[in-house]
Amino acid sequence: MTVRVSIISVALLGAALIATPADAQHAGHSIPAPMPNPVPSRAPAPPTADPHAGHTMPADPAPTADPMAGMDHSQMDHGSAEDTTSISPGPTMETPPPPEAGSGPPRAADIIWGADAMRASRQDLQRTHGEFNVFWLQGDRFETQIRNGREGYLWDLQSYYGGPTSRFWFKSEGEGSFGERIEDAEVQALYSRAIAPFWDLQAGVRQDLTGPSTTHAVIGVQGLAPYLFEVDAAVFVSHRGDVTAHVDAELDQRITQSLILQPRAEINLAAQDVPRLGMGAGIDKVELGVRLRYEIIREFAPYIGIEQSWHVGGSADYARVRGEDPSATNYVVGIRFWF
Amino acid sequence: MEIEHLSRRTLLGGVCTGAAFAAVPSWAQGHSIHGGHGSSHGRGGPRIPAGFGELSGEVIDLTVGSGHRIVEGRRGPGIAVNGSVPGPLIRLREGQNVKLNVTNNLNADTSIHWHGLLVPFQMDGVPGISFPGIRPRQTFTYEFPIRQSGTYWYHSHSGLQEQSGHYGPLIIDPADPEPVEYDRDYILLLSDFTVLDPHFIMSRLRTGEGYFNRQLSSWTDNYPMSGEERRMWAEMRMPATDIMDIGAPTYTFLANGRGPKEGLEYLFRQGERIRLRVINGSAQSFFNVRIPGLPMTIIAADGQKVRPVEVDEFQIGTAETYDVVVTPGKADAYAIVGESMDRSGMALAMLASLPGARASVPPLRDPPLLTMADMGMNHGPAEEGGHGGMDHGSTDHEAMGHGADAEAPAAASHSMDGMSMRDTSLLPPDVEIGPGVDMVSMTPVDKMGDPGLGLRDVKHRVLNYRMLAALEANRDTREPSRLLELHLTGNMERYMWSFDGRMYSAVSDLPIRFAWNERVRVKLVNNTMMAHPIHLHGMFFELVNGKNADQQPRKNVVIVQPGASAQFDLTANEPGDWAFHCHLIYHMHGGMMQTVTVVGPGGEK
Repeated sequence: MTVRVSIISVALLGAALIATPADAQHAGHSIPAPMPNPVPSRAPAPPTADPHAGHTMPADPAPTADPMAGMDHSQMDHGSAEDTTSISPGPTMETPPPPEAGSGPPRAADIIWGADAMRASRQDLQRTHGEFNVFWLQGDRFETQIRNGREGYLWDLQSYYGGPTSRFWFKSEGEGSFGERIEDAEVQALYSRAIAPFWDLQAGVRQDLTGPSTTHAVIGVQGLAPYLFEVDAAVFVSHRGDVTAHVDAELDQRITQSLILQPRAEINLAAQDVPRLGMGAGIDKVELGVRLRYEIIREFAPYIGIEQSWHVGGSADYARVRGEDPSATNYVVGIRFWF
Repeated sequence: MEIEHLSRRTLLGGVCTGAAFAAVPSWAQGHSIHGGHGSSHGRGGPRIPAGFGELSGEVIDLTVGSGHRIVEGRRGPGIAVNGSVPGPLIRLREGQNVKLNVTNNLNADTSIHWHGLLVPFQMDGVPGISFPGIRPRQTFTYEFPIRQSGTYWYHSHSGLQEQSGHYGPLIIDPADPEPVEYDRDYILLLSDFTVLDPHFIMSRLRTGEGYFNRQLSSWTDNYPMSGEERRMWAEMRMPATDIMDIGAPTYTFLANGRGPKEGLEYLFRQGERIRLRVINGSAQSFFNVRIPGLPMTIIAADGQKVRPVEVDEFQIGTAETYDVVVTPGKADAYAIVGESMDRSGMALAMLASLPGARASVPPLRDPPLLTMADMGMNHGPAEEGGHGGMDHGSTDHEAMGHGADAEAPAAASHSMDGMSMRDTSLLPPDVEIGPGVDMVSMTPVDKMGDPGLGLRDVKHRVLNYRMLAALEANRDTREPSRLLELHLTGNMERYMWSFDGRMYSAVSDLPIRFAWNERVRVKLVNNTMMAHPIHLHGMFFELVNGKNADQQPRKNVVIVQPGASAQFDLTANEPGDWAFHCHLIYHMHGGMMQTVTVVGPGGEK
């Protein structure tokens, strides 16, 4: 399959341009020679124009007399960023193009090659430079939980397909104990639109896959908050009219390039008692956790962690009625992956 | 043994360049090769060797094929012109006509854009703007007169093929004698190699923030940042460490297709004057080039002659070219170091007086950090920090290349309170304000004098644009009749890049228009934290760099520093549609591109 090429003979030869014979006119031209400074008069910065009034340095010392350093010296110590003082004259206010600049789409190539011949390449260029779709799927938490000797599991997946500002999102979360029925499982299908550089507005539906069959309308925001918190917040209205909400936030704290500590907080809220779901009005449940992951590659990182959850208020009562401890500590081992 | 063998050939000069081309594999000369899977970036197929031969004449045949490349033991996808990466040196003479027959042996469309060449727009090689592209198995003939001289290059403008190796050098010898004397003439083409499919890179840039940055700030880094500064960057949701988006080890930096351990060598005799034509043919990398122990005299920029200026180091942005002359001294060898701007790696070559002679290679310097000045914060407290070097730095005041915005993080002494990093009222009304604009430069100032990220505080002489002056006077020195202001905008998190807040996909039918022979001053304002090498096809522009209009240096790429502005003057005298874009390939594909339409002399498009 592989053609053995004579690599050796081709190697390095790129370097070998023939030395140019000295047909070029001679000496006198030796390069480091001082040259007359091309700028005859560069006045020091007019104080009003200089954003750094107070500088005492002239904009351009232009020491043309220094034979050794030549121009580099003069040029370099104002290698500083920003003197805009001595530019060639020109307009400073933007004005629209003159009518002679014409109007309409760029179609010069159509005249040469024909509009039909150009169409496919135009479309391809348009489709591949800016707005194009990508697919992303992440299992942020995909873990085994050890609590009071009882082992459970949890998944937290999300995925999108779309362009940089307009995407379809899919989310799924669920948990349970091994050997028992799944306790909680839900899927969400959302349309997501960028409303700010770091924020998407999301709307769609959520279907609960466990317990009493429940469908919710979803509206939420997801994005990156100041200090790099990844935030996902949503309000749910069930088909029975119950209003609940969910907020979670995560933060990646990079210890090394590959070892990352991720604190995470989650709060579930309810606007009313939802006995059917064992939720009390107000704060329903709070989770605080921290996970330490090692990115073997960016896309694949096993982790360990600990998480504490509390049912609060009415929800705590419901939990006790069920014979559960309203608070629980989970030790978790899992894998975070994406592609 | 390989080195020795090659070095002897290098000594022989022209003899071996001919031999080199004879060694191009048969598949490259028209045989069908096929990576399969419908991708042009397959890893199968023949191995593509590094290095290049030379072609010249009135008719030149080029073939684009795919295969795989192995750099320092790592195997990656390859797309080659005439079977090598870089592709063959195309050496032309000013005043000749040339016909270039380009055959596409890929199973995807391809193209060749002649970077920096003045050509009729339909020969410029941008599919979708100048021509339909070259379909698989098709041969397209480019034909144009050569109206200039200097150091240029060529590359694909289709998909992401450039990343996989579809580029090569192009040199035009002047009709008149060279104004500068030299004994040897070498090409140093810098580029970046990756084992990854470039489409994978594009996708990860969009989905995985900081994916390719292995120098992210962390609890255990060595960055000279205080806790307060770290919190401030976190508050702004901006990475102070995002210098190049992609660095080593994703990239291996190449010199003429070879990794730093693969021994590229240029021979010299003591006292000879060596012309080194440095081309940044990378997809997405900036290099800081220096030869420890040897000053370099810059004689041309982007193919156009400039007044000689001596420096110890220069930054070369993606797609720029610089010609330098060096005169090696007594040492057996000198290292030519092309350190990537993020200091994650380097391209390396040796000037050697004897085959195999090696100079010591300086270690990578500490990676630079962005500062508040890179957000355009140039007033108020930041300025003090930013000018520390100039105001109080009497000790290193004469140290060249200094005094730009402090490399040392300057912002610690003040908070962001009361300052907005996205005050959209600062933008003109023609900028679309939306999720694609994550930052607005607060007080963008002209930074023509900025040597570039990482070079603002080095202790030797570093090139900056203010030091460039055209050697031959510009023909058109009219004062521009209007100002066109374009804002470079972006969203790092979403990896959206644009001019005036609109990605190319939104403005493909809304060109920037110039009237025939119109003289325009174009002001580029960078509202992002990255340096963008902005390239205009088809025409040279003149940097507004403090020189008189007739000496403003002609270029076709201008680096606009983070948070800063840059201006160029343009005479719109090449009619047709032209691409205008950031030459970082993933920024261009992220949307930072627009078409420029120059109306013809009769008013025709």
